[in-house]
Amino acid sequence: MTTTGAVAPPRRSALRSSRASTARSRRAAWRAWLYAAPATAVLLVLFVVPLGLAIWMSLFDWPLLGRAPELNFPENYTSIPDNELFMRAVGFTVRYTVIIAVVLLVLSLGLALLIQESKRRSSGVLRTAFFLPVVTGLTTAALLFVGLLSPSAGPIDDVLGWFGVQVDFLGDPTMAMVSTVVMMTWRFAGFYMVIMLTGLQAIPTELYEAAALDGASRWRSLRSVTIPLLRPTLALSAVLIVTGGLVAFEQFYVLTRGGPDNSTVTMVMTIFREAFSQFHLGAAAALSVVVLLGLVLLNVLQLRLVREDDGAAS
Amino acid sequence: MIRRRVLASILGTAAAALVLASCAGGGSADPASSGTGAAADPVTLTMWTRSVTATQSQALVDAFNAEHEGTIKVELTVVPFQEYLQKVSAAASGKNLPDILAANVIDGPNYANLGLWADLTDRIAGLDYADALAPAHLASATVGGKTYAVPHVMDASALYYNKVLFRAAGLDPEAPPTTLQEVADDAAKIAALGDGIGGLYLPGNCGGCLAFTVFPSIWASGGTVMNAEGTEATLDSAEASSVLGIYHSMWTDGSMIPESRNEDGSTQNTAFESGTAGFALLGSKALGTIAENDKLEIGVAPIPGADGGTSTFVGGDVIGISSTSKNADAAWTFLSWTLDEKTQLDIFAKAGFMPVRTDLANNEYAAADPRVVLFNSLVADGQTPYSVRFFQTFNDPQGPFLSLVRDAVFGDGPSTLPDNNAAVTASLQAS
Repeated sequence: MTTTGAVAPPRRSALRSSRASTARSRRAAWRAWLYAAPATAVLLVLFVVPLGLAIWMSLFDWPLLGRAPELNFPENYTSIPDNELFMRAVGFTVRYTVIIAVVLLVLSLGLALLIQESKRRSSGVLRTAFFLPVVTGLTTAALLFVGLLSPSAGPIDDVLGWFGVQVDFLGDPTMAMVSTVVMMTWRFAGFYMVIMLTGLQAIPTELYEAAALDGASRWRSLRSVTIPLLRPTLALSAVLIVTGGLVAFEQFYVLTRGGPDNSTVTMVMTIFREAFSQFHLGAAAALSVVVLLGLVLLNVLQLRLVREDDGAAS
Repeated sequence: MIRRRVLASILGTAAAALVLASCAGGGSADPASSGTGAAADPVTLTMWTRSVTATQSQALVDAFNAEHEGTIKVELTVVPFQEYLQKVSAAASGKNLPDILAANVIDGPNYANLGLWADLTDRIAGLDYADALAPAHLASATVGGKTYAVPHVMDASALYYNKVLFRAAGLDPEAPPTTLQEVADDAAKIAALGDGIGGLYLPGNCGGCLAFTVFPSIWASGGTVMNAEGTEATLDSAEASSVLGIYHSMWTDGSMIPESRNEDGSTQNTAFESGTAGFALLGSKALGTIAENDKLEIGVAPIPGADGGTSTFVGGDVIGISSTSKNADAAWTFLSWTLDEKTQLDIFAKAGFMPVRTDLANNEYAAADPRVVLFNSLVADGQTPYSVRFFQTFNDPQGPFLSLVRDAVFGDGPSTLPDNNAAVTASLQAS
């Protein structure tokens, strides 16, 4: 994105100017490519090549070891709608993504506002406290919750027991989803809070002063000043959360194992299972490609929204 | 930032490709041409086993390393059993398999078919005691007349009961139930004790554990679970229906411990170990790992059928040399050492584990504990189901067998069996 941005303007101006400046702009373009070369190389090796291989694999009945791959196109793709587990996983993953997006966006904005408001007092302590879970690995966090929520080993069951309440945190489909959302919120709210905080701090205080002079209430200035000026930040967070939600794996693999009764199986879990439990590597690659296409489409759409927001804000 | 995150997520989904990229072509190594001999430099062998055999594997490796210091060293990695197959297949696709690779016995046909192991037929034939190696284990590792693995750990499922709770409930601790219906009746009486005590603990969210513990009741009732080829499920039979029906009634009348429904196998000993469960269905290995205390006195009985009869699931692990190993000779030195009479008696039998050789079943150590004698005798009429797609069908947490049992026990009851049985058959027949 940055490379095309740097290259395009000189080329356009070159059409209208002398030979000397054409040469200069060529040199600039060449230098721009040079600067971008390391990043491009990394992108090629770690992204383009594996992507190409995944697409290549998705055309075959790919073996684990030994025998040669056999062409299996388009069956790897046409059989996807028959993969009941995957189709159900699509629905579940989307539902989870919507829920986690709403919860995380609202909560992290709330936390950021809280810290913004309590500027002079304990904001440092609060900020650290909210951010602390972010340094935990996702799998570690999930394991921690497995322990906490376990009826035989965890403390939560005992504490609820004092009040005569019994909750089956991981044995009930709805509660399993809720438990995972709570875990993910605990793990990520601090991260998005920091992003929101930088957005909030970029809003000039004069605007709030002007709003106050106009007699706007707190709620009104939140709605008419904060939210509109925060839209690029909100959109960025939404992109990150939605992408993360759609490729959710560890949190469910560790915390619920897809249970109870396959009610919390995500798309990536079905890909993993197809490849390494069922040994259908080609079919798994085909599923990956489909998920990837969906993600790319969604991200293009979201990035377009971000850019429009950028335009609106400036 | 966005781009990097998107990239990361895309890489996540395409991660498999990266691993698999390196596996194009290739084939199984010829065991005869590889191997370095154990003379000059010490050879280091890597070995993977499932967490459920950790105690036995570790004991073998420690003793072997002590005996072979300076020549061969085995490095053992223990992998949680739920993740074992996935780890192995991911490693295989990247040609990162260890030298020595153990497997759940039911996965034997699978591993052999996938080409993960080197052919051991000739090496096994060279053993004096080849005929005495556990036959069910060898059969599971034999495909197309070639044998790819030897027995590693022997296991059999049985009904464990807590004699302390038997006495408290007014039952005779020396007269364990002989039908599954009696198990249900006794469990109800024990559950009636209250105070956190439950009747039966079942690993209700672990397909492999359920096959290990519920299949024997079906066999004991005279039924089958699959046809001989392992391509057709028979879990809609009258026998399966009455066995699962009894479990269903234990669930609905509260004599089964509620946590059973969520038990994925990782803590399946806990309830019995803490003395809060009257009955548990566990393997022979539990005898050596669960300690008795003032709340627990362990009794062991064969798993009964619905109206009588007994059977067991002969399980455990087999072990082979990976097809990509460059140290096949040294690896075989280790494998044949583990099967040696001295090893089997001094390390396995002495610690209360079952020997993997039929000629060593009646040994001095076993004779001392009647419960061990019982296990050794159970194996005679036990079964090991054979199917190339056993794991994918019965052990897989998202597989059809787990749904079948859960619907029949925790759900609407055995009336759900015909539909789910068709799904199990479909999975067995999938390519």
